[in-house]
This record gives sequence, structure tokens and C-alpha cells, in this order.
Amino acid sequence: MNQPKTLYEKIWDAHVVDQRDDGTALIYIDRHLVHEVTSPQAFEALRMAGRKVRRPDLTLAVPDHNLPTTARLDAEGNKIPIADPQSAAQLEALEANAPAFGIKYIGASDINQGIVHVIGPEQGFTLPGTTMVCGDSHTAAHGALGALAFGIGTSEVEHVLATQTLQLTRSKSMEIRVEGLLGPGISPKDLILHIIGVIGTAGGTGHVIEYRGEVFEQMSIEGRLTVSNMSIEAGARAGLIAPDDKTYAYLKGRPMAPKGADWDAAVAYWKTLPTDAGATFDKSVTINAADVAPTVTWGTSPEDVVPVNGTVPAPESFADPSKQDAARKSLDYMGLEAGQALRDVMVENIFIGSCTNSRIEDLRAAAAILDGRKKADNVKWAIVVPGSGLVKAQAEAEGLDRIFTDAGFEWREPGCSACLGMNPDKVPAGERCASTSNRNFVGRQGPGARTHLMSPAMAAAAAVTGRLTDVRELTR
Amino acid sequence: MDPVKRVEGRAIPFGQKNVDTDVIISAKWLKTVSREGLGAGAFESIREQEGNIFDDPEYAGASILIAGDNFGCGSSREHAAWALDDMGIKAVIAPSFSDIFAGNAFKNGLLAIALPQDAINRLMEVAKTDPVTIDMESMSVTSPFQDRFPFEMDAFRHQCLIEGLDEIDLTMAKADAIKRHEITSDSAQPWLKPAAA
Repeated sequence: MNQPKTLYEKIWDAHVVDQRDDGTALIYIDRHLVHEVTSPQAFEALRMAGRKVRRPDLTLAVPDHNLPTTARLDAEGNKIPIADPQSAAQLEALEANAPAFGIKYIGASDINQGIVHVIGPEQGFTLPGTTMVCGDSHTAAHGALGALAFGIGTSEVEHVLATQTLQLTRSKSMEIRVEGLLGPGISPKDLILHIIGVIGTAGGTGHVIEYRGEVFEQMSIEGRLTVSNMSIEAGARAGLIAPDDKTYAYLKGRPMAPKGADWDAAVAYWKTLPTDAGATFDKSVTINAADVAPTVTWGTSPEDVVPVNGTVPAPESFADPSKQDAARKSLDYMGLEAGQALRDVMVENIFIGSCTNSRIEDLRAAAAILDGRKKADNVKWAIVVPGSGLVKAQAEAEGLDRIFTDAGFEWREPGCSACLGMNPDKVPAGERCASTSNRNFVGRQGPGARTHLMSPAMAAAAAVTGRLTDVRELTR
Repeated sequence: MDPVKRVEGRAIPFGQKNVDTDVIISAKWLKTVSREGLGAGAFESIREQEGNIFDDPEYAGASILIAGDNFGCGSSREHAAWALDDMGIKAVIAPSFSDIFAGNAFKNGLLAIALPQDAINRLMEVAKTDPVTIDMESMSVTSPFQDRFPFEMDAFRHQCLIEGLDEIDLTMAKADAIKRHEITSDSAQPWLKPAAA
């Protein structure tokens, strides 16, 4: 019998093209997602060096970060020009670069367009056991399907385009084992925020995390994507969840997934991937699911989490002096006081969307809370941004768009939207946002914007009451 | 890439932990299609504050930045490395770096030097008045006061940096091995090729 291996080791070993004596290896990349923000300099460098894209067939391009989420076509079906000339130029660059290098491109008004990390799984481009990269740190999301997926910088984008490989050092492996199941009203987002709170934003640095335990086996693919997506917020470049029958059922029949005999061969291979009994991890952390409450962030780092029924921590409560200092700065930026109840914190903005929480299940969870209710008067701006055109169409077929608009939300076109303060969707300085996105960094949603991260149902509950709220009070 | 053998100069004793790449360069600066000119937006939210360390004349022309744990966490934007380079920073010294930032820095010849916290504390003191030197050949950081802190670096990255090697050229030289991998996987796992949508 061979040495027992982890899921990570199996995928790594199957992709080594060339092993160097110093421990680094040339790793083959099976899937490359490209978007408009981190690719123009890479395409330009290829052009300057006279290089081609080695495997355009393994590459898929789509705009998402910079694209306004307002209507893209007018009543006559003509493209509505993008007001910001820099954004327009960057989007045009991708639209020109993709065909020039032979890459499949999903355009802004195509129903298949959406956030890279939503459309990869949705199109069946993401597959278990593959290596996948994208010039975006939330590529970690695709690990939910058992793909070794991680974010890269623009020079690495260029390297993958030119060679279909990356020079990498093997990461350490980290097991996050969750014991037990989540309580009623507790979502995958609460779980991953809690995990980041426990291990910290550098807890997974140098590691690939594998999430293990019955809670993940029972979790939908959408929920797994939410969890794996935020692995990077714990410092891990990639997260993994073993593929299983749910993964296969999710992928079967997707446009770019294997078909017929290829499908059967693929599933047979995928079944060999889960971590072997007896395989060991470099680091192991156990989390009790019973400890996970509806969770929100209070500060400017994703590790600054607290149960929504808790209070803002005092900077002195942290052992590390530099963390005390950071907490003071965070409280000042966030306009909060130590000891203040989170449930007293009023919010003016609600954002439901992002690659973390913009899939159909997320929209259903938010709509279930908003059905028959209206946003509070102090909530000035509330938007729902579906993760893709297909999610949007599905939500409309289920009548969710009406629930949102009746509650006072705007129903938008797919894109990254207010997650990152780049496109026109921004939170005004000094105002708070209950946000389903992934980062509460200083200025992330716009200069001076104050972000509280939470689940879609919690963001919907905050919209109804106008303050941070335990969603379980509104559950029917 | 130009070889990097030595970086010497004043260092900004910044010291902050968990500096994310949104703070190094915010998203509005990412609309560019060029690598140039990003220094103007570097640390913008900090530079808006009066008396900030980046605009302190004491550190004008500094070529080194000293920071706390987990430098460059968050977004994968290589613009963070380009922005540091454009503001004249040739090396960052910190107890630890995010994996993606360390890779991006390397690709741009920007040194990411990891040293233990006590060495960082000492260098933060030195930096207030005197220059710091990073020597890539002896792999050490020194001060004019006989301080000497050895550092480690991945052997491959070290070689690329001191010889100024182009990584894509190095990989292109392995084209036969890449082709072999493709032929093997095409026959063993034909389903790996995305179905035509």
C-alpha cells in the first residue's frame, strides 16, 4: 500500500512537470480565469516579448471588477457607454486581448457573464482535482469543488499564459476539522468568519487548508464556496473540500464539464481524490460548530469578529500590544466604542453580493427574511448584486427580484460591485455598510467607508431593522 | 530583470502589522493598464493624515520599508509591489509576508526580507537615524553599529534575484517536460480539456 496522502498532496503530485533539488517544482495549471484588472499588463508583456498563449483552450476571460452594475444595454439593445474613461479603457483592453490571443471571452451583456468565481463552477470550468489560478486572491473559492485553486499576481498571470505552468514551493497542509453541526439560523458565512476569528488573518499563511467534518459533507456547494472563498482571509492561499456526490451532482450537465464516457472516467478519478485514512497534516485545528453564533465584524481586519449579540471588545483585552494598537485605530476608523453592543449599531447601507455571497442560495436566504418586509427608513442605500447573469435569471424566475425591490432594494446587473470600491458602487465616507462581502479593510468599500461583514440573511435582517441584528429574531 | 545584489539606504520604520494590499494601493488606482506611476497612490489613506511617516522629510528618498507581521495580506494585486517600487522602495523587511505578496515582490526584484521580531525592533531603532544595508550575497541585514541579522530565502528565488534571471525564459527551457505532461494527461485524462460550451 502506498503512503497515505492528503487531497492536497494528490493534486500536487499529479501536476509536477519538473522537480528541482531545492524543493520548488514546476506545476502544470489546468484552468486559468482572467479578468480585466490584473491582466492588461500581462498581455502587454506577452506582446512585447512576441509570446503566445500556450493553451488558450484552458483559459477563460470575463469582466467583473470594473463593470458598473447598472443597465448595460439600452431599450434598443445598444451598449450603454461606461462613464469612467479609465474603466472603459481597461474593459476594452480585455475585450480586445481575449480574441487577439484566442481566448474564450464572455462579454458584459452575455447572460453567462458574472464574477469569475461564480461563473467558474457555474460553467463547469472548475473541476475537482484540477489546478486553477486567477489574478485574484478569492480564487481560493474553487477549492469548494476539490480544485487546488489560488490567486496569483500579474507577472504570474503572464507566466501561466506563456507556459501553462507556475514555479511553486509546496505549501504546508492544515486541517480545519469542525466537530458537530451548525445551529438553526447559522450559515456557512458565520462559520468561516468564526474560523478566521479563531486562527487569525495570518493563521493559514504558507498553508493550504482542508476543511473537514460532517458540517461540510452536509453543506451545499454554494455554502462550501463561501467557506473556501475566505481561506485567503485566514492567510491561506487555497482551501479545499473533498469532492463528493454533491459535487458531482452540481457539475453534471454544466456547459464546460465532461460529457458521456468522459464524465464517467472523470468521476471515477475524482473518487480517488479524498484524503486517505492515516494521512497527516502539518497543522490541525478543531472548531466546535456549537460555538458558532450569527457573526459580524467590528474592526478593519476579517479576524475582528464577534457574535452579533456581543459587544465591541476593549483594545486592552488583547494580549499583544501591537494588536491593542491596531484595535484602537480600528475603533477610531469604525466610529465605535469599546463595550458598545453590536446590536445598537445603526447601518445606512446594505450590500448583498460579491464572490463570497451572490449565488442563488444566498439570494434565497436574504429574500426569505425580506419577504413582506421593508427596509428601515435610516437605510439609505440597499443593493442586491447577483453573482452572474444565470443567478439573476434564476432569481427572477423564482420571483426573488420582486421581494427585494418591494423591500426597497435595487436589483442590479452582475459584477463585483461594492465589494472593493473600484466601480461606481461605493459606500460614502463615515457611513456603515452591512455587507456580505469578504474584506472590511480601511477604505475597501470606498474612502472612509465602515464595513461590517456578515451573512446574506444577517444583511437582510439589518436592512429591516436599520441596525445590526440577530437574524433569528426575524426568522419565521 | 536587473540583478539585485545589495540594497543600502534609509529605511522607513513603519512597523505596522497586517498591512493589507488595499492600504498599500487602493482599488481606484487599479484601473490602469500600465505598471507605472502608482507611487502617487501608495499608502494614500495613511498619507492623508497629518504628520504621517511617509511624508516625514527625515525619510525622504528611503529605499527600505520596515513593517510588522503579515505584510501584504489580502488582495493579490501586484500593483502593491509596483507602487512600492515606484515610490523608490527596493526592499521590505518584516517578520512575515503574505504568500502572494512575497511572490509578486520577487517577480519585480523587490526584496521581501523576513527577520525575527527582535531584529525588526532593533532595525526600527536604527532606522530613525541611520541607514540599513541588505546584502544578498551574504544574505544578511547590517547597520553601521555592527548589527548583523542573517536571513533565509528560497534558493530558486535567491538565484533569480542575484543573477537577474527571467523566470519565463527559465520555464520555456523546460518546454519538453511541459509537452510530455500534456501528452500524458491528454491520453490518461481526456476529460480535462474543457467541453466546448
